Formats: sequence, C-alpha cells, structure tokens
Amino acid sequence: MTTDSLMKMAFGRLTLDAFPIHEPILVATFAGVALGGAIVLGVISYFRLWGYLWREWFTTIDHKRIGIMYMILGLVMLLRGFADALMMRLQQAVAFGGAEGFLPAHHYDQIFTAHGVIMIFFMAMPFITGLMNFVVPLQIGARDVSFPFLNNFSFWMTAMGAALVMVSLFVGEFARTGWLAYPPLSGIAYSPDVGVDYYIWALQIAGVGTLLSGVNLIATIVKLRAPGMTMMKLPIFTWTALCTNVLIVAAFPILTVTLALLSLDRYVGTNFFTNDLGGNPMMYVNLIWIWGHPEVYILILPIFGVFSEVTATFSGKRLFGYTSMVYATVVITILSYLVWLHHFFTMGSGASVNSFFGITTMIISIPTGAKMFNWLFTLYRGRIRFELPMMWTLAFMLTFVIGGMTGVLLAVPPADFVLHNSLFLVAHFHNVIIGGVVFGVFAGISYWFPKAFGFRLDPFWGKMSFWFWVAGFYLAFMPLYVLGLMGVTRRLRHFEDPTLQVWFVIAAVGAALILLGIVSFLIQIYVSIRRREALRDRTGDPWGGRTLEWSTASPPPEYNFAFTPVVHDNDAWWDMKHRGFRRPVAGFNAIHMPRNTGAGFILAALSAIFGFAMIWHIWWLAALGFVAVLAVAIAHTFNYQRDFQIPANDVERTEAGRTRLLAAQA
Amino acid sequence: MLCACHAVVLNPSGDVAQQQRDLLVYSTVLMLIVIVPVMVMTVLFAWRYRQSNRAARYEPEWDHSIHLELVIWAAPLLIIIGLGGLTWVGTHLLDPYRSLSRIKPGESMEYAARPLQVDVVALDWKWLFIYPEYGIATVNELAAPLDRPIEFRITASSVMNSLFIPALAGQIYAMPGMETQLHAVANTAGDYPGFSANYSGAGFSGMRFMFRALVDRDFEQWLARMRAGGGLLGRSDYLRLEQPSENEPVHSFAAVDPNLYRAILNRCVAAGKTCANDMMMIDQ
Repeated sequence: MTTDSLMKMAFGRLTLDAFPIHEPILVATFAGVALGGAIVLGVISYFRLWGYLWREWFTTIDHKRIGIMYMILGLVMLLRGFADALMMRLQQAVAFGGAEGFLPAHHYDQIFTAHGVIMIFFMAMPFITGLMNFVVPLQIGARDVSFPFLNNFSFWMTAMGAALVMVSLFVGEFARTGWLAYPPLSGIAYSPDVGVDYYIWALQIAGVGTLLSGVNLIATIVKLRAPGMTMMKLPIFTWTALCTNVLIVAAFPILTVTLALLSLDRYVGTNFFTNDLGGNPMMYVNLIWIWGHPEVYILILPIFGVFSEVTATFSGKRLFGYTSMVYATVVITILSYLVWLHHFFTMGSGASVNSFFGITTMIISIPTGAKMFNWLFTLYRGRIRFELPMMWTLAFMLTFVIGGMTGVLLAVPPADFVLHNSLFLVAHFHNVIIGGVVFGVFAGISYWFPKAFGFRLDPFWGKMSFWFWVAGFYLAFMPLYVLGLMGVTRRLRHFEDPTLQVWFVIAAVGAALILLGIVSFLIQIYVSIRRREALRDRTGDPWGGRTLEWSTASPPPEYNFAFTPVVHDNDAWWDMKHRGFRRPVAGFNAIHMPRNTGAGFILAALSAIFGFAMIWHIWWLAALGFVAVLAVAIAHTFNYQRDFQIPANDVERTEAGRTRLLAAQA
Repeated sequence: MLCACHAVVLNPSGDVAQQQRDLLVYSTVLMLIVIVPVMVMTVLFAWRYRQSNRAARYEPEWDHSIHLELVIWAAPLLIIIGLGGLTWVGTHLLDPYRSLSRIKPGESMEYAARPLQVDVVALDWKWLFIYPEYGIATVNELAAPLDRPIEFRITASSVMNSLFIPALAGQIYAMPGMETQLHAVANTAGDYPGFSANYSGAGFSGMRFMFRALVDRDFEQWLARMRAGGGLLGRSDYLRLEQPSENEPVHSFAAVDPNLYRAILNRCVAAGKTCANDMMMIDQ
C-alpha cells in the first residue's frame, strides 16, 4: 500500500491544505481565538476550576444551569455571527467600481452563509431555548423539566453543532451556498468541498438537541404544572413556549429528513435534488421552507411571551386580553404551516397558488396585530416603570410594526416579484429578528437575570447598550430598505454603481453602533458582577412580579420550591401576594432530585467526532464514533444511580437562610 | 427621500413594473391605516401612564373589554380582507405567465406588434439571450423595441438564478431543466440594468447585463450590429460558453442552432445525452 492511500485511509480528505494558513484574516482570527482560549483555559486551570465546572455545570441536569449555559452559548455565537456581519458591512461599504474590497468571493460567500446559519441556529435558538429552559419550570411551579438528563444531552448536542461550525473556520471551510443551502448549488456537482458537509452535520447534530428539548418542554408543560394551574391559568410566556415547542417537534424532523436526502445525494450519489435523472431541486426548496417558516415563529413566539410578561409586570397591571392572547398564539402556531410558499413566489407557481399563500401569510398579521393591541391596552391605565426590560419592549413595539408591515408587503406576490431577494427583504427579516427576537432576548435577560444570579444588571450600561442597539439597528437597516427599492439584490460582493455607496456606508456606521451596543452589554455584565452587592436582590421579587418564579429565592435553590405552590389565578404570585400569602417556614420534607451525569456530554462529544469524520470522509473514525455513541447510550441505560434525596434538614437550613434574609429586609 | 430618483422599483419604466409598483404603494397605504395609530398610541400611552404621572388613572385589575377585543380583531381583519382582495386580483392580472392585456395605460393590445420572443439561459456567471425570430444570440446584453410585448422563456445551465430587470418587470427564477416564463413590455427608451437576483456562486456579483429599450430604428441597427460582430453558436460552442467565467464582456452570435434552446432545457446539449423530454416519453 502506498503512503498516499494510507494517508487517505487514515485522514480521508483531510490534508495540510485544509488549514487556511495562506488567508491572513483567518490566521489572525485563529491567533486571537487561540490566545483567548489559552487565557481562559489557563485561568480555569490556575484557579483549579475544572473539577467544579465538570461537576457543577457540564454534567448538571438542573434546568436553571442548563438554561444559563444555553444563554452563554447564544452570547458566544452572537459575537461570532456579528463578527461576520461586520466583515460583510465593511466589504459592501468599500467594494465599488474598481475597488474589490478585502474579501475574495471564496471567503465572502462563506461569511454570509455562516452569518445566517449561526444567527438562526446558534444564536437565536440557544437564546430562546435558554430562556424557556430557565423560566418554564419556575413559572409552572415545577422542580425541573420532565426529563432532566435529556435536557443536558440536548444542550450538549446544540453546543457540539456550534463547535463544528467553529471548527470549519480553521479546518477546511464552511458552505458557500447561503444559509439554506439550496441545491443544485449545494449538491456535490457544484459544491464538492467540505463546506456543505460541515453545514449538514452541524445542523443534524444540533437538530437532535433542539428536537429533544422540544419534546422535553412539551412534556414538562403538560405534566408538571402546579396543582390548580389549568391550561387557561398558564402564564403567557409558558403558553408561547408550549406552542413553540409544538412547532419544534412538528417542524425539525422535516429539516432532518431534508438534510438527510441532501446527504444521500452528496455521499452515495442518489438524485433527489440534482438536475438530472429525475432529481428536482424545487422539492428541496419546498421541504426546507416547510421547516423554515415555522422556524421563524419558533423564534418569535416565546419572545412575544417575554414581552407579555414584561409589559404586565412593569405596567403593574394584568395583561390585557389574556384569552385572546392565547388564541392568537395558537392561531399563529397553526397558520405558520400554511405559508411556506411565500418564500418562493418567484419560482413560477401559478397565480392561484401564489395568491393562496400570499393571503394565508397576511392572515397571520391578524392575530399578531391583536397581540400588539393587547400590549398596547396593557399599557393603558397602567403605572409604567421604565426599567430596562420595559425599554426594550417599547422599542420592540415601535420597531416590530414596521417589520410586520414590510413583511405583509412581501406577501403580496406582485410586490414580491420586485422585492424578492433584495436588500428590502434583508432589511425586513432583520427588522423582525433584531427588532423582535434580539430585543426580546435582551428584555428577557435583563428581566430574569436577577432571578438567575441574585443581583440585578447595572442599569447605566444597560441603557448604553439599549440606545446603541436601537440607534444602530435603524442606521444599519433603514438604508437597506432604500437600497432594496433601488433594485439592489442581496449577497453581492461588489457593486458597479457608485451612487449606492453612501447608503452602504451609513449601514456600516449602524453596524459599528451595534458593536458598541454589544460591547456595552459585555461591560454591563462585568460591572454588574463587580457591583453585585449593591445590586443584590434579597427578596426574590425585584420587579413586583406576577408569576411563580418570583415567589422563590433569587437565585432559586436547586429544588426551586420547598413546597409545590397551589395556583388560583393566572397571575399566581400576584394573587398570592394580594391574598396575604405567608411563606411556610416549617414542616419541610426530603426532596427527590435527579443526579448529575456526564453521559450527555460524552454522547454529544462522540457525535461531534462522528460528524467530523463524516465531513472529512474518515470512514474508520465515523464507524468508531457511531458505535461508541450507541455503546455509551446503551451503557447509560444501566446507570441506576440517577436520583438522590435532599434531606429535610438541608431544605430547612436553606429555607431558614431565606427567612432570615427576608426578615432583614422588612 | 434623498435619492428617490434612483429608486427604480418605485419609478420603473415598464408597464408591468409600474403596475407592480402601484400594488406596492396601495398595500403600504392600506396598512398604514392601522400601523400609524398603533405607533402613535404606543408613544402616547407609554408617556401618559408613566409611573411619575399620578394624575393618570391606574386600574391594575382591568384586563378585559369585549368592545375593545372586537375592535382589536376586527380592524386588522378588515384591512386584510381589503388587502387579500387586492392580492387575489393583482396576482392574477400580473401573473408573469399571462400574456399582456395592454401595452400601457389606455393602450390595448389590439394594435400591438407581434410579441418578441427571447429565450434566456442563465450560465455560470453570465446571461445568454437567444432571439429565435432573428436567429441571433447575445451574451450579457438584451435589447427590445419599445411598446412591443416581450415573451421570455427562461432556463439555466447549472444552478438557480433569477432574471430581474427592475425597470421592466418583476423577477422570475431561472432553473436548470425547467422553464419559467415572463411577459413584459418596455415603454420608455433607455438603458436599464438587469442582473441575477438569486445567489449562484463565486461570480454572482458580476452576473449583470444591460437591458436596452430602443425605438424601432435603433433596434434594427442593434440587430445589425449584433449580427456583424458574431460567429456561430452551435452545440460545441455552447459547451465552451457554458464553462464558468466571471464578468464576461458583451458579445454576440450571428447565427444560432435553432434546436439549441430545447436541448439546453432538456439537458442534452452534449453528444450522447438523452434529452429529459425523450426520457419522460420512454418512462411512460
């Protein structure tokens, strides 16, 4: 056997050429990441934190800690995705006429693909899953989710998917296809390299995590509600979380199958989506959007829930129209499956088909409009406190209606013919995703942060972040609406017409302001940790909250509630406070809790190794990884030490500590 | 707006694009009926019911009003009924597959010239336009006489693209092995940019062409020039042309194999490949 074939057997397609040592931007990035990584690892080792991290965090099955880890993952990936955004904005601001800009097509096309993939799958999804994970069990008075181990496993699968995308930065390359990887471009004939394979395996591995966490949260909401909490007394955030997870469970398998068919085309030469031999790329486009459109609502529904909680809390008032809010959410959930074709009106469907999908799309704006009015009338005759979460909410209300309007415009097929794939479209979906999802995530973070960590976030730096983000958003995306109306299409690397440049420069300035917003947010976290004693929340209820998560300590004990609360009203904690609820201080019982396990982390890491081997055609490693996943999964079923009891004495001690704290407040 | 003069989507020169623009404007106005009050009320309520304003009424338990709920659901519903009707009619009238019903406002098809047929092929990364009527083909330049209906038949060689001339009419995808259609007409003379509106790989940014709307005499001259400048586009020439290239300059072919377009569409230009339509016949 020659060395060549031996190397091929051992390393598949992976050769030294796969390391982009000739691309200065990537080398510098790698140096930065390596240095930063070395510092973090060094600090962890120096303070001997590895054992602590492994025992208390990586192996945790506590929904609160898993929720926090999701938020950290989302934040890290926000930084990565935003770095991509900055490079795009910079390229488009300079590449006019004779100037080629600083990014060659090979690199630029990876950047916009990675930006979309990361922002949707590894920024927005972890953020909303993190919020749901942390908040839902607390809101329904549960001690954890239904399947705590599965929760840990889901998180690590998502994290490993993200890790694969990050690896593609320095080993090989990422897809150059756009974030949905339409064939035939993503087929083996036109994308023979590893980029699309990184895309496929990153999403497949993360997709397992997303699907399982969907199952988990549905089971949790259906089965673990506190006594008295009927469905129509469910806090509104939990309602939206339920609908979102129903969407996840119904939609993600479609993505899995679609990507599996694409993999078959790429790996074994089938012809599902190829140009020849009966393949049909339009089938892929249909399938991916049957997942893709519900995905948009997966992101926004829980955020609607966040805004509902925040508006009611900071207006000091019941949410207006709870029932119609619930029905609006359910209607959106169902309708989100009936609109997917509006993403490709321009693919030659007949007028009646296009009209049908255009009109179903517009119908979604009715329940969404109703929600908007419900928030509006929650403000009405309230007593509004302009704390940070409320500021984000008002910015959302003013921004989202613009995005909603342009969305409905795009749903009118003849208008879509002139706006499809234009920067108007790019402006529209950033308008709803930043103005909706991102603003909502920040509202949620500043709202629930004191619950998670026991101290509030510093308001000054929070306001700095808020104003930079809001101003930056308008400056970055309003020019894109204008450019869209000037007939400028998306994903262009270079422009001929110099009169367009001024708009791109304005957009780049906007992106720079958003950068300041992100930096301010990081400073806010740092400053808040430094000033944590001054910002301490000793009551557990810093905002005058309405739902059950505010009835327990901040941060909550690992068992959440010493006694399961009994619910009489949909604002359960508000109701309890008004009826003179007295916290029980004696009679505690031992609490049955699940035990931490490393199985989730190990399974996910093995899956990532399997994915990496598949990407590089290292078949022996793929086989080994696959067998190892099965072996560990089976071995884990023989682990019978899955639970333990927190002794009544420990519970009593913890609760007595809180009693003292509360007494000191009074 | 600072640069409305350049906002071609709002100020196009072709009748189809103008009707699409009208629909865009009507829809926007219709939605502003509800969007503007919501935005005003948001600011107004937020200010009026701020915590420090003790003069404002505070009703912490007020959370339901059947009248308000009716308005909340009915207002968007009414708007959407209006918009839905507009959409249904507009989508059918402006269906790109439908032959034009007028040349411009007030000018019916009665006296219109015979439609100009153009077969469009999106290649990596350039546009091929075949004029079956004149037996010529051009790369990266398209021309048509004023006020003459144009019928595009559109396909692609490798990956998906989208044919878009904003000044003329809305876009439609160009897809390999499939044919889409577009009907349009140019009403004002001028040069208008056209391009691919669907990302198709490394050379995508340079996949631009000029659409020239010409008076009849100029169009004749343009045809003559294209004929004079070019050679033959047969199957083997096409296979060379089809190879990926970026920022391809304008050039033309004086004569075109009359069966070339059907062969491209059925993916059988190369010798020995079975055409997709023949394959379907066999399969039946």
